[in-house]
Amino acid sequence: MRGLRNLAGALVLGAATLMGAAPARAAGEAIALPPVNFSFEGVFGAFDRASQQRGFQVYKEVCSACHGMRLLSYRNLLEIGLPEAQVRAIAAEFQVVDGPNDQGEMFERPARLSDRFRRPFANEQAARAANNGAYPLDLSVIAKAREGGADYIYALLTGYTEPPEGFQLMEGMHYNKYFPGHQIAMPSVLNDGQVEFADGTEASVSQMARDIATFLAWAAEPELEARKAMGVRIILFLTVLGGLTYAVKRKIWADVKGH
Amino acid sequence: MASGLHDSEFKNPVIRWVDSRLPVFTMMQKEYGTFPTPRNFNYFWNFGALAMVTLAIMIATGIFLSMNYTPHTAYAFDSVERIMRDVNYGWLLRYVHMNGASMFFIVVYIHIWRGLYYGSYKAPRELLWMLGVVIFILMMATAFMGYVLPWGQMSFWGATVITNLFSAVPIVGDSIVTWLWGGFSVDNPTLNRFFSLHYLLPFVIAGVVFLHIAALHITGSNNPLGIDPKGPQDTIPFHPYYTVKDSVGLIVYFIVFAGLVFFVPNMLGHPDNYIQANPLVTPAHIVPEWYFLPFYAILRAVPDKLGGVVLMFGAIAILFVLPWLDTSPVRSMRFRPITRIFLLLWMVNFFVLTWVGAQPAEGIYVLIAQFATAYYFAYFLVVLPLAGRVERPLPLPESIARPVLRGGGMMPVGAAAKPMEKA
Repeated sequence: MRGLRNLAGALVLGAATLMGAAPARAAGEAIALPPVNFSFEGVFGAFDRASQQRGFQVYKEVCSACHGMRLLSYRNLLEIGLPEAQVRAIAAEFQVVDGPNDQGEMFERPARLSDRFRRPFANEQAARAANNGAYPLDLSVIAKAREGGADYIYALLTGYTEPPEGFQLMEGMHYNKYFPGHQIAMPSVLNDGQVEFADGTEASVSQMARDIATFLAWAAEPELEARKAMGVRIILFLTVLGGLTYAVKRKIWADVKGH
Repeated sequence: MASGLHDSEFKNPVIRWVDSRLPVFTMMQKEYGTFPTPRNFNYFWNFGALAMVTLAIMIATGIFLSMNYTPHTAYAFDSVERIMRDVNYGWLLRYVHMNGASMFFIVVYIHIWRGLYYGSYKAPRELLWMLGVVIFILMMATAFMGYVLPWGQMSFWGATVITNLFSAVPIVGDSIVTWLWGGFSVDNPTLNRFFSLHYLLPFVIAGVVFLHIAALHITGSNNPLGIDPKGPQDTIPFHPYYTVKDSVGLIVYFIVFAGLVFFVPNMLGHPDNYIQANPLVTPAHIVPEWYFLPFYAILRAVPDKLGGVVLMFGAIAILFVLPWLDTSPVRSMRFRPITRIFLLLWMVNFFVLTWVGAQPAEGIYVLIAQFATAYYFAYFLVVLPLAGRVERPLPLPESIARPVLRGGGMMPVGAAAKPMEKA
């Protein structure tokens, strides 16, 4: 038992250090993100399908003008609960380059389920040329690639304000409370009522930011629901197995000494 | 018995036939069945077995990951994301492998601390200990190269920083770095060779683990009292006593492991590594994986580049000579009242180094890192050599089975003697 106590102490100390080390890396950008309480947080969390679908609509109608999501295919939209016919129709709205054909020529055709999301620009140079030299990032894994994840995305999209007195804003830049350094090339793109949601949800800026953050969180971690569900089952199983194993251990050791 | 055949004790004719020609069953029975093991292990003695299981998990998941991974700068990042999205249970394989590295280091650090606390490095186990240090170094090399493979920003810049350390070597430093890179910067040749070595080294580790265990089974295990077993009353057969005790530890370990993999798989990673490597954009802070932070802190504690590199490698190399730095014949810290305090402080100091390694190298943090580095070495170079001379150890128990002391030393909880019929 003494060993067990030592061990527990060491583990607690170790965990505390790791916790201490983790947020420390974010030092420098000390602004706290507003809590959003997404449905996919926590041990039993799952995505809100309606919110995912609204988020995709905002992405398609607003974000996708500049931002690609090259790791996603149209077929992935089936996973957020859109019916197959609708997804096929969405894909067919986009022309993608295929080929070469038998004449050796590239040709355009409507996208299929198996195609990746069409990128808004042919390459980084074209994207920069169209955006004042700034490069609109690919959003496929952005929710995993930022400290704070979906919370950060929500904060960023709702964080556009007037710069404080005396803040030197560079030409063509925009002030954002939550962006590191506060100067962001992307303008505030969301406006109240900008999109019309089919389910009648009011398209306020905060609602759209919440939906797009949910959509991007799913895009970055499409396995999240399967992962958490499996985790709950595995830990329950291990707990039962652990209890049984400990009972066996007690029985085997019973005749050794006062263990 | 036919001449030249091993005299097998197994009754089953098939097993007997094999065993008389290749006595693997006899060997397993001897090394893991009846192997006489001190009866007083605490749960710290689980961690060797846990490390071996983790190595097996890492190799198994790694083999399947490599079937779907593309070691090319243009495709590596996307191939990892493809594993996460399109390979059946690819996300599970990758998150187990990724967090398995962290779990491996947690387990091995505890395994090393146990060795330090109970004096497992002392005669006659010096070589056993040194083989362990070799495994630790191989593990660090393997983990470092594995972290480069997803080709994220931290992969690229971590590789750049760490390989550049070799440029501190006088005269030939730059040539060594070019040779390591296979070019003039971290690029496709670097990624290719790191992938090759990352696949190779775990099998080298497995080989050294075999030697580590072979050496262990010559000297036998140390134990929390640090005294040698005096006879059969002090030992119990490895099976079933320690197979079942290791199983209990293993399941608890799996629960912690599963908690990481299934609920916070990216907690110990860095978000920047989900940004594809870009040689033209340097991240604001380049931070190594958490398990390298203590040594990273030592590296940065010294203002001189070569000095920092020497100290960092020295921090690990010093473990090789530890058996000769500690001059006390008493193994277990339970009986060394003064050194025990210094060692517990050393462990706290290790956490301080981990924490300060994650902070920016400026202001007060540099000072803290320098103090912690000094103490890290002082324990080995000053405390241990001196303590063996000046410290008066508590009286040692007569034997493991009868640790009742004359002279009133510390008595381990629950170690009251009762004659032992097994073994």
